[in-house]
Amino acid sequence: MTKKVKDEILHDHNKDGVDRRGFLKCMAWAGTGALCVMQGGVLKSYSLSRLSDLGANAAAAGELSFVQISDSHMGFNKPANPDVAGTLKAAVDKINALPKAPEFLLHTGDISHLSKPEEFDTVDQILKATGKEVFFVPGEHDVLNDDGAQFRERYGKGAKGAGWYSFEKKGVHFIGLVNVMNLKAGGLGTLGHEQLEWLEDDVKHLKSSTPIVVFAHIPLWTVYPEWGWGTDDSAQALAYLKKFGSVTVLNGHIHQTMQKVEGNVTFHTAASTAFPQPQPGKADSPGPMKVPAEQLRSILGITDVNYVRGQQALAVVDSSLA
Amino acid sequence: MRRRVWILVLAAPIVLAAAQLVRDSRGFTASAAQAPTSGAEVKIDNFSFGPTALTVAAGTTVTWTNRDDIPHTVVSEDKVFKSKVLDTDEKFSFMFTKPGTYGYFCSVHPKMTGKVVVQ
Repeated sequence: MTKKVKDEILHDHNKDGVDRRGFLKCMAWAGTGALCVMQGGVLKSYSLSRLSDLGANAAAAGELSFVQISDSHMGFNKPANPDVAGTLKAAVDKINALPKAPEFLLHTGDISHLSKPEEFDTVDQILKATGKEVFFVPGEHDVLNDDGAQFRERYGKGAKGAGWYSFEKKGVHFIGLVNVMNLKAGGLGTLGHEQLEWLEDDVKHLKSSTPIVVFAHIPLWTVYPEWGWGTDDSAQALAYLKKFGSVTVLNGHIHQTMQKVEGNVTFHTAASTAFPQPQPGKADSPGPMKVPAEQLRSILGITDVNYVRGQQALAVVDSSLA
Repeated sequence: MRRRVWILVLAAPIVLAAAQLVRDSRGFTASAAQAPTSGAEVKIDNFSFGPTALTVAAGTTVTWTNRDDIPHTVVSEDKVFKSKVLDTDEKFSFMFTKPGTYGYFCSVHPKMTGKVVVQ
């Protein structure tokens, strides 16, 4: 009974017999080729294998494809991954081997581990090998000690406030948000009043048919508040995006892939390129998870996102570094 | 309401015992006042401060040690003290001179909270 309800087509925007949930379910299966679990109404996909042929065909058909990478944690050198530069390079190789070259990259934060200049330098150097423009938002590890001054100096020129901004690519409106600053004791991620006001103004003039991609470090949906995996004022941000038919939210921070669909909003978190973290509540803390060395690259990864004009949902395909 | 009263009654002996302990340790600290190492410790393990609540005498230096694989900070809610980011095994110390309750948190992982009660 439960299964039947979940397989019903709820929002068939494209009149193709597939709703967003079903589409994502397909893509999750296609991209990861292995394990996809519906749990408590939340679809989780686990990156276990290579980008499949189906994923490659989907990318070839689109007008715009880009890659999301996240949580490089350059400078981390603990047993969970003593070579984070090596795994970031593996991610770059993966990107360069995609059947269709992405237009650009998004990095959803925790570029560095300790906000050290040499850590940022190393990441910049490694990512150069893609030859692509990279758009960044900061993670909490990128704004240590200086309230993000260095991050803004490097990556936030022309950005507003703590480093938020928006841009257009082939008719898709991208919004980079910052939710790792001025965190309050006991709280979650925070966008803050100034940024929310900017967001409201930024999207006001856009047609409701404009596809929206929001990217920020900490999830903009409540994944697991006990571990701080959520953003206190994300509901207000999403309220400003209600009028849009297609909203895709891309986050990092939790070092594992997860997807959720709520109305016209698809939420997705990317894997880390550095080390995995446990599933919510499955360990004493969200600290780095040590896995056997031969398994590490199978749970690190990149996310390939493909936009096909006229389709409501963007195809989000995770692939591992293995 | 009734339940709350009971908890208070049950908790009272514990509080008294704790107060006694603090008095004892204070006596000890006083007698060892010349030793430069006198102080109290808070360990950071598994994204939590231990002990979560620490009671010390005024004049005590508290030292936090990060034993996680992930960096943390120690930041007073009332901006009384603020550490730089502490990588694995790094420490931060602060001497509490005035009595009071000092709530603090990790500004990187704000779910991590603790307090120091200075008597």
